[in-house]
Amino acid sequence: MTLDKVRKGQQIKIISILDEIIRVQAIRFGIAEGSVVTCQEKVPAGPIVLRKNNQEIAIGRNLANKIDVALN
Amino acid sequence: MNIPEGAKKIVLAGNPNAGKSVFFNYFTGLYVDVSNYPGTTLEISYGEFEKNVLIDTPGVYGISSFNDEERIARDIILSADIVINVVNAVNLERDLFLTQQIIDSGKPVIMALNMIDEAEKNGIIIDIDLLSKELGIPVIPTVAIKKTGLDKVKGGIDLARIGNICNEIRLKLDPLTKRLGSQGEALLVLEGDPAVSARNGMEPGSSREEIYLARRERVNQVIEEVIQKSSSKSGFSNKLGSLMIMPLTGIPILVAALWIMYKIIGVYIAGNIVGFTEGTVMAGIYEPAVRHVVGQIIPNTSILGKILTGEFGILTMTVTYVLGLLLPLVAGFYFFLAIFEDSGYLPRIATLVDRVLTGIGLNGRAVIPLILGFGCVTMASITTRLLSSERERRIAIFLLGLVIPCSAQLGVITGLLAGIGPQYAALYAIIILAVLITVGTVLNNVLPGRSADLLIDLPALRPPRIGNIMKKTTGKTFMFVKEATPLFALGALLISVFQVTGILVYLQNLLAPVTVGWLRLPPEIATVFIMGIVRRDFGAAGLNYMTLTPGDTLVALVTLTLFVPCIASVLVLFKERGRKEAIIMWIATWVIAFFVGGLVAQVLNVFGRSSNTEGIAVVLAFFGLIAIVSRLFKRFYKTITAQI
Repeated sequence: MTLDKVRKGQQIKIISILDEIIRVQAIRFGIAEGSVVTCQEKVPAGPIVLRKNNQEIAIGRNLANKIDVALN
Repeated sequence: MNIPEGAKKIVLAGNPNAGKSVFFNYFTGLYVDVSNYPGTTLEISYGEFEKNVLIDTPGVYGISSFNDEERIARDIILSADIVINVVNAVNLERDLFLTQQIIDSGKPVIMALNMIDEAEKNGIIIDIDLLSKELGIPVIPTVAIKKTGLDKVKGGIDLARIGNICNEIRLKLDPLTKRLGSQGEALLVLEGDPAVSARNGMEPGSSREEIYLARRERVNQVIEEVIQKSSSKSGFSNKLGSLMIMPLTGIPILVAALWIMYKIIGVYIAGNIVGFTEGTVMAGIYEPAVRHVVGQIIPNTSILGKILTGEFGILTMTVTYVLGLLLPLVAGFYFFLAIFEDSGYLPRIATLVDRVLTGIGLNGRAVIPLILGFGCVTMASITTRLLSSERERRIAIFLLGLVIPCSAQLGVITGLLAGIGPQYAALYAIIILAVLITVGTVLNNVLPGRSADLLIDLPALRPPRIGNIMKKTTGKTFMFVKEATPLFALGALLISVFQVTGILVYLQNLLAPVTVGWLRLPPEIATVFIMGIVRRDFGAAGLNYMTLTPGDTLVALVTLTLFVPCIASVLVLFKERGRKEAIIMWIATWVIAFFVGGLVAQVLNVFGRSSNTEGIAVVLAFFGLIAIVSRLFKRFYKTITAQI
């Protein structure tokens, strides 16, 4: 499924990120393909906040549609 | 910057908000030089540090060419003799990516593992000796704001070591390092950095992702070993962070924050403080003194006297405006901006408003230049470079020039609006917002392509630190005065010459059909607009001295806000967008400003200036309607294009 379908509190594994620039930046933040993160918050119709340890990242909804994830 | 013979270049590097500036201030003391990095508005601080030079760099997550900050950090780090890497222990996993990248570049590094107390509070226990052994560099635990460990870092600079380079990377790196003679340059070429490749006469490498992944894996492995316990508790700051980004709670929090800002800047600073600095000090003491002194040599009634000390005098009006009126207001805005930035609130505002901004072809990130625009439009126009696509930069820069009033202007506007009542302030805000939405929506639909999406780091919320805030506020305010004064003087000179030669009255008459007929304002308002071409705040300040009805003030403020940006911004506009696009944008601001201003005037006129409340309701409804129509236009446009 894609990231925008994830519900708040669910733990997920990042399967693939399409855009290369985004993929590279996500690696810096520690969210490489294959890493396990938690959906911390979902802004209605807006960004999705992912958490990994103490790191929080907000991802726009349109981008979330293009990130494949799996429930962990 | 001059580096004395034999001095080493010691560079402070780290992620945003790691606490570098505390180290910088502690190490350098008084002898600090702040300068703009060539071609950017980013300030780089240099300081003497014992016999060496200490250079601060912008906070980055890695060094590459993604934005100005990274490019500058990249070049400064690559030219360093020693790097002090300040790391936030709370976000070790994220921060170590940069650390490892600097290690891979072959520079000697010493790490200050900062905020170690906060990490412990969060249940993170780090095996410091093991971390040091794994990375191959000395690691010193610090709590910078309490000055703990700073001396050890200071005394340990010479212990900096070249760390353990990632194995996978080393294999690729070695042959190229031999060829280029610099491991740092070789690394960036391999990582496909266009600028570094070009200056070494190489094609950008294609192994960026491979190297990044290897580095990330290495960092995760180190983390696994050195972090003994990690129980992430959801404390108060986490909860508050969540409340700030959810619309139901986040919007009231944002409104409250803006309201406090309005109260303090619009009412307290614009009223009490400016009343003192402008009224008592400048108009009461300074101006008569200057007139007296100058008058001894040059008669005040002569042409030169008028230019120097007349109504629009360079020595009188310019100085009064800059120091008496604008300085306190600008400092107030930068103070709040610094609080938002330092506390970690700014990226949360970006997350909150992301949805809204995607509607006008931007993403949440654009809130940073837009908010910065409320500080200084010129500076904000340059920071539009941090937006990831050409399309977004175009939209953002036009909206900045059109609808965002800079701090100086906003200060004057807030003061004027506070004087005519909150209903007018609300009306002003709604009209400007309606223009923003309409223009943004139209641009989003007319410009080809699509805008990039939000990806932003949300640093842990923390109480803002007064030292940081004061440094940012004074630094930016100083830059403002430095930048604004010559332009103001130019404007004053222009107006004085126009006045003395009679051109001013001629222009007033020439513009009368527009100003008097269409905007329904007194003819003298033309002066304000002429001043506004130089700087909008300069024009807005001019309004302070005119007697207008509340409705007139509103019309004048709306028109002036939408009016052309200041000369400095226009110069940046030409530089960033090219001549053709810049000219179109510049003319468009004229047309939109007078069109909307006149519309407000005509609507107010038709629906009774006498009964204010009714008139306001109508204007409100009218602009609400425009905003709705523009949304419909979007749907309509989409259907049309879909059919074609």
